[in-house]
Amino acid sequence: MAVDEQLKIELGKQGVFVTTIQDLYNWGRRNSVWPMQFGLACCAIEMIATTMARYDLARFGAEVFRPSPRQADMMIISGTVTKKMAPQVVRLYNQMAEPRYVIAMGACAISGGPFKQGYNVLKGIDRYIPVDVHIPGCPPRPEALIQAFMTLQKKIEAQPLTGEGRPRHLDAEAQGEFPVPHPGEHDLEPTSNPGVWTVPVIIQ
Amino acid sequence: MKTVEEIKAAIEAAVPGAAVEIVPNPSPSGQHSLRIAPVHAFAVAKFLRDDEDLKLDFLSNVTGVDWPDKEISEKVKVTRTVTKTVAGVEQAVEETVEETRKRVEPGCLEAVYHLFSVEKKHGPVIIRMRTVNRSDLVYMPSLTPVWRSAEFQEREVWDLYGIIFTGHPDLRRLLMWQGFKDHPMRRDYVEPDDFEYEPTAHDQVLARARAHRAAKQNAAAGQEGTGAGQ
Amino acid sequence: MSFSEFVADQNKPEGWNRPPKVEADGEGELLEVAMGPHHPSTHGVFRMDVALDGERVIRLKPVFGYLHRNHEKIAEGISYLGSMPFTDRLDYICPLSNNWAYALSVEKLTGQEVPERAQYLRVILCELTRIVNHASAVGFLIQEMGASGTPLMYAFREREKVLDLFEALTGARMMCNYMRFGGCRVDASPAWLDATRKVVAGLPKFADEFESFLCSNEILMARTQGVGILSPQLAVNAGITGPMLRASGVNYDIRKVDRYGIYDRFNFRVPLGDHGDVYDRFMIRLLELRESIKIVEQALEDIPVGPIMDPKAKIRGFRPKPGEAYGRIEAPKGELGFYLISDGGPNPYRYRIRPPSLINLTVLEDMCLGQNVADVVLIFGSVDIVLGEVDR
Repeated sequence: MAVDEQLKIELGKQGVFVTTIQDLYNWGRRNSVWPMQFGLACCAIEMIATTMARYDLARFGAEVFRPSPRQADMMIISGTVTKKMAPQVVRLYNQMAEPRYVIAMGACAISGGPFKQGYNVLKGIDRYIPVDVHIPGCPPRPEALIQAFMTLQKKIEAQPLTGEGRPRHLDAEAQGEFPVPHPGEHDLEPTSNPGVWTVPVIIQ
Repeated sequence: MKTVEEIKAAIEAAVPGAAVEIVPNPSPSGQHSLRIAPVHAFAVAKFLRDDEDLKLDFLSNVTGVDWPDKEISEKVKVTRTVTKTVAGVEQAVEETVEETRKRVEPGCLEAVYHLFSVEKKHGPVIIRMRTVNRSDLVYMPSLTPVWRSAEFQEREVWDLYGIIFTGHPDLRRLLMWQGFKDHPMRRDYVEPDDFEYEPTAHDQVLARARAHRAAKQNAAAGQEGTGAGQ
Repeated sequence: MSFSEFVADQNKPEGWNRPPKVEADGEGELLEVAMGPHHPSTHGVFRMDVALDGERVIRLKPVFGYLHRNHEKIAEGISYLGSMPFTDRLDYICPLSNNWAYALSVEKLTGQEVPERAQYLRVILCELTRIVNHASAVGFLIQEMGASGTPLMYAFREREKVLDLFEALTGARMMCNYMRFGGCRVDASPAWLDATRKVVAGLPKFADEFESFLCSNEILMARTQGVGILSPQLAVNAGITGPMLRASGVNYDIRKVDRYGIYDRFNFRVPLGDHGDVYDRFMIRLLELRESIKIVEQALEDIPVGPIMDPKAKIRGFRPKPGEAYGRIEAPKGELGFYLISDGGPNPYRYRIRPPSLINLTVLEDMCLGQNVADVVLIFGSVDIVLGEVDR
């Protein structure tokens, strides 16, 4: 039974708050997303600058950066992911507890960036793990990271608790552990995870 | 500081039998280098470090360079004796013909060392060493026992170029992972095929992306063929 | 000559510059720990394989390559000017000094002259970068000691002011891509110079504040004095450069030795340390910060009016004549050098970066052996590395 907006405001003035379980649940989840301290390269410096006094990220709920993946809600992949580092990134993602989110910060995390043509650069971390928000830029400004954070918060707010589109931790069949690539003789094996990443079609 | 010729003379005086060659540098930087044969490199390095005038106690940079095999086609004048009919009579005539001959000049791998002196505050003195070829005779002596700063840099040259430094205390890969098989900075290295998605490709990348798509179509057609054949 | 004959002919190498052997006390097993690549206190993706006997370090092997982005191979495929934005991403905390090192090497290769105003602008920007880098390095070091972010906030407050200046001049906060072969890209307006003067006027007070509440702290002094000692002989032989070399007492600053740019016109001192421990290294950085403030003040007074680019410089179709050159500068982390071999084409034949952070790590094992594992983080922080430069 939906409550009329005017009635909600009137009751609110009297000190009685009316809401739904979904709104309350998602409000709690989105306003306390704790990122994991995971800086890879240059974007990490802009991420640190975002947490410093001028562009304070703690106002949005990212109060502390947890070093341990078990205690973190979100992983900001800031910097180039190389083929040597990719297995560790996937392992860390597997060790995070649900609900977990990934922000791919910077051009290198999205697609390899300026270093794309190379023997050791992974062309985007979304080849192996699902990414929620991508931020373009090299490096993106701190304001861009804050906007990505707000976009993630809107995404969490819109997630229903039952039915289609519910978060993975409420879905018994969702995949929890993603396969870790193995460094082979010439390249990573496999080069991508087909369950997570399908090749986009180039229209020419 | 001494000029390159004076340093060459000093090395040849101190290390008998050392073959030192001056490699001139045509650019305005004026940084000429000395090419040393690998067999004498260790003795030369110790002399350069300990000599009173030079005192080159600081090794700043170790670089690997790849000079690939060059195919040279030359026009050679060849004189041959040919039997020809001249005015109805068979005679042995000498004729000169120009032939194009192709030969392969073997390439090599090179290590370049930049030396400075902290005590005398002069430099750089540049020494170079070449391997015999690029395939199997790729060893040269390690200068890590003389200058410790060569330790990581020689490991990197082994990793990326494939020069084996004998006498190095710990010659493992530095930048690539341990199971990696190639030497990536060589000029003939081909990158692994992960060119699935190249939205803004041009030049070599476009060629690789097209080759990747063609290979995938062939593989798909091959599978369909076998599927239909069954 | 075959391989076995070749090896047999070698002189026996001397072993005096190997790390000392530290013996475990024989009871129990060694604990092997991999610190990294994901670790809150390593400055990026860096791994140390440490073998511990209780709390003491018996063996330490650094492992890198987790950020190897094949910059040198990319540079062989693009033009000389196309590599300039990639040099920003080498030492990503001080991008403008990397630009200068590369521009200097190409200018050595081609023999170009740089006009006066461009030289002064280069000095001002590089010294501002040095101030930011040293403040951040000390801030990160204190954070790793457990101060949980507050000193870093002070350092980053100053950094934000300097980044505003960079953004006003070059258009980007961090990856400025400002130097060109033969000068600079954009001229600085008088308003920008006034803004810089205002920022620099506030810097001595910041240096005093930073030094005072850190150096009178007895926990800091107890944890850093006498820890991680590096002898000057080993430092020179291992190719150490930068504040780490000067903290061991060796007087070698490339600004004074090579006198590149116009550094011989400025009046500044080179601070030297006595003991070569972690405390000396971070005090040297604070003292160098003050010297850099002096240099910037002098440069802002004397900067002339004029062109900022060599009029004969070619931007399109830039093909230096065949040859090679090695150019180096005193970057905030040490000696940053670029070795370029040109074969007459538009792309370099060989493009090599001499990374100060990688070579400064050669002695990490020597400094950490026999110390407690808690000190490893401090000693590593005092080396002050950036993984973008170590792995390139």
